[in-house]
Amino acid sequence: MHIPDGYLGPTTCGFFYIVMLPIWALASKIVKKTLKARQVPLLAIGAAFSFVIMMFNVPIPGGTTGHAVGGVLVAILLGPWAACIAITVALVIQALLFGDGGITAIGANCFNMGFVLPFSGYYIYKVISFNSSVYSARRVIAAGIAGYIALNIAAGLTGFEFGIQPLLHKTLSGKALYCPYGLNAALPAMLGEHLLVFGWVEAIVTALVVKYLQKQSPELLEEREVA
Amino acid sequence: MKMITKFWIGIGVLIILSPLGLILPEYFKAGSAWGEWGADEIQKLVGYVPKGLEKLSTLWSSPIPDYAFKGWEEKGLGNLSLSYIFSAIIGILAVVLVAFLLGKFLSRKD
Repeated sequence: MHIPDGYLGPTTCGFFYIVMLPIWALASKIVKKTLKARQVPLLAIGAAFSFVIMMFNVPIPGGTTGHAVGGVLVAILLGPWAACIAITVALVIQALLFGDGGITAIGANCFNMGFVLPFSGYYIYKVISFNSSVYSARRVIAAGIAGYIALNIAAGLTGFEFGIQPLLHKTLSGKALYCPYGLNAALPAMLGEHLLVFGWVEAIVTALVVKYLQKQSPELLEEREVA
Repeated sequence: MKMITKFWIGIGVLIILSPLGLILPEYFKAGSAWGEWGADEIQKLVGYVPKGLEKLSTLWSSPIPDYAFKGWEEKGLGNLSLSYIFSAIIGILAVVLVAFLLGKFLSRKD
């Protein structure tokens, strides 16, 4: 889901940088109010977890690859704003050091994977697990469903961003300047593979870790003020 | 053992297992992720390289492209796996350092 340089035109790249700037500023402000000093190691672990889980490329035999983001789990543990910061750190390092995701697309990649994914996942988890005990099976299921849906929302959004490029930018002869695939190809491709395969990875990882934490460290799952 | 320590151990285990994310796609002959093709792959897929894509795609040359050390690509899957693990370690050190600094700067004293 890491959009490389060259697939999005300048309009889309600029748009997402402009959208992300106030989100990053607000996230910093809110995290400054809510994150306790003793939670800083957890923030670093969240960023590290997201970084390394994205290296686990899952193959579709004979097809393409995809991966989980781990962002829903980080959002459940730290709240969506801190998750936004943690995932942004992971994505920026991936882009700068490893060329995984473009420099021009950092705004878009952070919007899809660092903002929409943790926020949608966090609120789906909250709604489904509403008022249930920290130890309940409902929390595990809620975490899984949230992981699955959030990864697919982010993938669908990425497909949409790819798909509008031929509409926005083409040469006089009609050839695409950036991503050559339109919505009719990009949207089903991105959504299909995540619905079928990669979404399940995010779901299973998120649910299993929540289940493990119920036994090992339930206080991490307790509700707290996030904003 | 404290939970934080267990988390760090978990990250360590994931680092060691990370080459699975390289070996499995190779084994199942899975190509690049959708929309993350290089210019040569695009040429094969659509018959031409979009002009803007060609220009922008070389904008940034990262020190360790695709988590593989330069010149190790031809040395086979074993070497690639090793560079994948080293990349995971380098990447996580960088991520943890930045997150710690940001966290220190942002968090409130309690």
